Amino acid sequence: MTVQIAGVASTPFGKHPDSSTRELFTDAALEALEDASLSVHDIETLYVGNFVGDVTDDQAHVGAMVADYLGARQAASMRIESACASASSAARSGVQAIESGDADVALVGGVEMMSASGIGEITDALANAADNEYENEAGLTFPGIYALMAQTYMNEFDASQEDLAAVAVKNYENGVSNPLAQRQEETDVESVLESPPIATPLNLQDCCPITDGASAAVLVSERYADEHGLGTTVEFAGSGQSSDSLALQDRRDLSRTRAAERAAETAYERADVGPDDIDVVELHDCFTIAEILAVESLGFFERGEGTRGALEGETAADGRIPVNTSGGLLAKGHPVGATGVAQLVEITKQLEGRHPNQLDDPTVGLTHTVGGSGASCVVNVLRTGGA
Amino acid sequence: MQPWFIDFAEGIDDGEPVYLACEECGSTALPPRTVCPECGTRTLEERSLSETAAVTASTRIFSTIPAYADETPYTVGIATFDEGVKLTGQLRDADEVELGETVTVGVEQRGNDGWLVTFSPTG
Ligand SMILES: [Zn+2]
Repeated sequence: MTVQIAGVASTPFGKHPDSSTRELFTDAALEALEDASLSVHDIETLYVGNFVGDVTDDQAHVGAMVADYLGARQAASMRIESACASASSAARSGVQAIESGDADVALVGGVEMMSASGIGEITDALANAADNEYENEAGLTFPGIYALMAQTYMNEFDASQEDLAAVAVKNYENGVSNPLAQRQEETDVESVLESPPIATPLNLQDCCPITDGASAAVLVSERYADEHGLGTTVEFAGSGQSSDSLALQDRRDLSRTRAAERAAETAYERADVGPDDIDVVELHDCFTIAEILAVESLGFFERGEGTRGALEGETAADGRIPVNTSGGLLAKGHPVGATGVAQLVEITKQLEGRHPNQLDDPTVGLTHTVGGSGASCVVNVLRTGGA
Repeated sequence: MQPWFIDFAEGIDDGEPVYLACEECGSTALPPRTVCPECGTRTLEERSLSETAAVTASTRIFSTIPAYADETPYTVGIATFDEGVKLTGQLRDADEVELGETVTVGVEQRGNDGWLVTFSPTG
């Protein structure tokens, strides 16, 4: 009994000053339901990822709020929070609800409204994913944490800021052809290096933007898809999630993301695939260095060789292992609590053959979503194969 | 600020910093742990920690949280003690620091009950 993806949608990512958490999520959810040819009354379970809503909106209990405003009061609803991996965790929970037989239809998604807060406030809210005492109190920001990982990596493997910048150049280019992406302009290595410093060695263009956005996916049991003639063509193949130390200082190796390695191992095993079987990837490039670490922990490159991906075109849309054909977090944008399902939306569109940067018949796709500096990681594997 | 961190910071302030060592597997950690993160036993013993450490990584921060907005740019690093534990702190008496450089670990009081870990180059 597999779990099928019946419909997906993301709102445009960027600034939505006239919208709100409940309105933006409703937009994405209604579009996903329309894509699935199902109604709000068909939803039995609803899991929504949301990370900083209690800080930015003074609003918790987001699960019930979005179920209410979506007109799905009959559903069991819950907000899932695991920092930037919230929506991926929500998707896993939806899959588990269906696999357990508890539900046949689950709406999973995420939403974040970030742009109305000042840059200081939002940096502060995001810092809640770090260790408050050991990291935030020392004035260490999120870009700062990734900067420490970047410096360690660059020192260990003789990588340069130019090598990091190549990731931004690739993902910005992919974002240009994605109509939902926040950044729709190309950049070059020089522009990345000349953009304002945020936390050395990371500059502004090494960092994802501040984003408002929502994403949703309708998951159904294979039996339900069959009985209702939904004509689904994409299924969940496997999923893994793991944890690591909350604070970067407690990791033996600052440039290695063990939670991602463990989550990938589990997801590959459950999907009965390996890195070589993956045709398309959406991974968590919140900073340029993050993509380099991710392609290594997912097994696409040996440790220390991840820079090759963007530098030599191996992770380009026409490369050996296309990574972030959506533009990734760097260009598409990163509404933190929505990102994991936004990635699933992109992979589903690729596997269904309707992506703005469509690849040639991909059959297996992977998403990788990181919470904090790597204390949480979720890896989901999708493949073609409908009810 | 949590009571355990105040205890930890006051230990540094008094010249009596502490860490935790696992009697079972020998791994080391910082408070406030009950369980060894490596082997899962509850055999952590409090021991006294060196007052100096070697810089493992550092970054100069230009954009930050409101609490530190008036102090940019400043440098934050992670330093490794001989005992094996690593700690995050803000650099004092210098703008930059070399990797491997030895720093003296201190604390500064911030606000009513806040403590900030600091690193000062010994050289
Ligand atoms: Zn132990």
